[in-house]
Amino acid sequence: MDLNLSDEQRLLRESADRFVTESHDADHRRKMASDPLGFSPAVWKQFAELGWLALPIPEEFDGLGGGPVEIGILMEAFGRGLVSEPYIATVVLGAALIERCGSTAQKQASLPKIADGSMKLAFAHSERAARFDLAKVATSATKTAQGWRLAGSKIAVLDGHPADEIIVSAHLHDHHGPSGRIGLFLVPATAQGLAISDYPRLGGGRACNIELSDLHLPEDTLLGDGKDALPAIEWAVDRAMAALGAEAVGIMQTLLDTTLEYTKIRKQFGRPLSANQVIRHRLADMAIQVDEARSLALRAALKADSAPVERARAASAAKAKIGKCGRFVGEQSIQLHGGMGVTDELEVGAYFKRLVAFDTLFGGSAHHYARHAQLGRGTVSA
Amino acid sequence: MDLSFNAEERAFQSEVRSFIAKNLTEEMKRATALTPSVFSDPDIGMAWQRALHSRGWGAPGWPVDHGGPDWTPAQRWIFESECARAGVPNVNVMGVKMVGPVIIGFGSPEQKNFYLPRILSGEDYWCQGYSEPGSGSDLSSLKTRAVRDGDDYIINGTKIWTTHAHHANRMFALVRTSDGPRQQDGISFILIDMKTPGITTRPILTIGGDHEVNQVFFDDVRVPVANRVGEEGKGWTYGKYLLEFERGSGIASAKLREGLRAITELAESDLTGRAIDSPDIATRISEVEVDIDALEMTELRVLSALQTGQNPGAVSSILKLRNSEIRQAVTRLGVDVIGHDALAVEPMRPLYKLNHEPALPEDMLTAVPEYLNGRAYTIFGGTSEIQRDIIAKMMLGI
Repeated sequence: MDLNLSDEQRLLRESADRFVTESHDADHRRKMASDPLGFSPAVWKQFAELGWLALPIPEEFDGLGGGPVEIGILMEAFGRGLVSEPYIATVVLGAALIERCGSTAQKQASLPKIADGSMKLAFAHSERAARFDLAKVATSATKTAQGWRLAGSKIAVLDGHPADEIIVSAHLHDHHGPSGRIGLFLVPATAQGLAISDYPRLGGGRACNIELSDLHLPEDTLLGDGKDALPAIEWAVDRAMAALGAEAVGIMQTLLDTTLEYTKIRKQFGRPLSANQVIRHRLADMAIQVDEARSLALRAALKADSAPVERARAASAAKAKIGKCGRFVGEQSIQLHGGMGVTDELEVGAYFKRLVAFDTLFGGSAHHYARHAQLGRGTVSA
Repeated sequence: MDLSFNAEERAFQSEVRSFIAKNLTEEMKRATALTPSVFSDPDIGMAWQRALHSRGWGAPGWPVDHGGPDWTPAQRWIFESECARAGVPNVNVMGVKMVGPVIIGFGSPEQKNFYLPRILSGEDYWCQGYSEPGSGSDLSSLKTRAVRDGDDYIINGTKIWTTHAHHANRMFALVRTSDGPRQQDGISFILIDMKTPGITTRPILTIGGDHEVNQVFFDDVRVPVANRVGEEGKGWTYGKYLLEFERGSGIASAKLREGLRAITELAESDLTGRAIDSPDIATRISEVEVDIDALEMTELRVLSALQTGQNPGAVSSILKLRNSEIRQAVTRLGVDVIGHDALAVEPMRPLYKLNHEPALPEDMLTAVPEYLNGRAYTIFGGTSEIQRDIIAKMMLGI
């Protein structure tokens, strides 16, 4: 049992903190907010040079073989600077799904390119009718003589528009109809029948909705051998939630630091706000919740490769509680900044919005407490 | 980073488990489960202390030359967690975890030789004389006075919330020996034999129906000056040192988990009509479980820091605060899970020695009293409000 950072992990944290502080200041963030791409390709190139895009990719595919803890260290720094580069979409979700489901040839074709920064991915899975149920996929993939024909609609696809390829989930249909299996397809962004409507994402970055109509794909775009991809999707989304949890911790820490500083400087009734016990206790509660969030994000990362139920419960625990703590810390940061907190002139609102986006993505607190409870049934007396 | 324990630590874990299996009797286990107050009564607590002592484990946190087992922080965590999981009785923490470390840190050689072995063996039973009717959170305003008379102090005043004063043969107390400009400066730390003439004890019943705390009165009580620990007027420093221990040895999550497990088992049983089938109850159980997960991780992060000689700092205030709040959430859940059975009051104590058939199933007997008595968790050892003050000051620098 040892939860101290290794020397390598400490170096990673230091370099990530330094890079983000230097590259992601308020001006940069403002520029990105109105940028049609939502992130900087130059910064993405630097991510590649720093080895961050190769971080979780296995060494045999030109990666560094890092794990969820290293991803978490990076993501916490990204949170502190509200980084909007498509890291979750390409590296945490995209690369993980290809690594887990792809054939050797598919991995060989994609993973080294992700690692060197020449390929970006997105994961199109959510559908309006499914809400947060990962198993519910209406988009269909029907077997044809040449391969597959896809049809359906996807929503909330993170960073879909800059992606070179989009991993699309679809219910596999064979000659007898629906098979009960979900397949993942690697769809080129330029494919005929793929329509992307891109929008700015709450809290920074971009997302899109995707329409698939009469989209014909060759046989080898199906990742792997066509066995049900749902367990892999759950595994990858749990990993993404752990990573996003770490990002939320960075956001919350920045909000706490900023708010603390403000309450020391801002004077009312002849003394700083922080001289009032009601303010001091609020800040203490915020600090406690940041600490709890940090513990749970780390726990989810450390259990990301545990047996499915243990892994999923740890991921949902982190998602549920960090979502709740994030809302509290974000809302209180605005409250303690007073009227200025509600304006777009301060950055408090931008950080808060990213926390709201975090809570929404892949299901909010209530959904994940319920999933945690559902998965826990019978584990107590067992 | 690694969440799992290494081979050596796992071997220690099985050593602890087999010790518990051999020494924890069904009676002790049942009595502990049926104790709705904070501390076990001495009849079961001290039996367990003797078992621990005979194995050399009587005082896990003490240095080895005073009879401690010389455990690493990880071993202490494993030991406490295994004890909680198995449901062992509470030992006299006022002796082992409170006055013991103060005597070790600041006591004279004579005091160490006399008192420490008696704490280890369970021969002495200690209570804590800190709070007074007029001094709660503002502890250093205390007024119980010790006036020097030759080789003695003559003590007058009163202490309150004294846990197990009615069982204890010794008390450690903070008393005022002088009045200075700073009220903290005139306080001394003194060890009192509870049989000394002039001491009377009044029981205080808590809202759960338990006699655990008392008020103690001192009426011209003569105590040798040799019973003072350390220097006169330095008692506040020693007392604060002790409070650090009281606030959290940093090992509470296992006990919370065990409490939640018992309640979840009730919720999954027909006794409660399967309360868990209510989505509200199921979700709340998960909420509490996740809070315990977070606390456990914070404990393990502190532990990891301690293992490499780093100072965990003000995080002990976070641990105390969250432990007490989560404990209350667990007991609140307990009341809701047992449903209508929460209406039944069982006034007899101890609950493990009832000589009649209670009105509700045995597994439910403690739910309501634990909830009611448990309101004290956010009050004793520094209220939650005081802990938030400490966090603001020590962690946030405001």
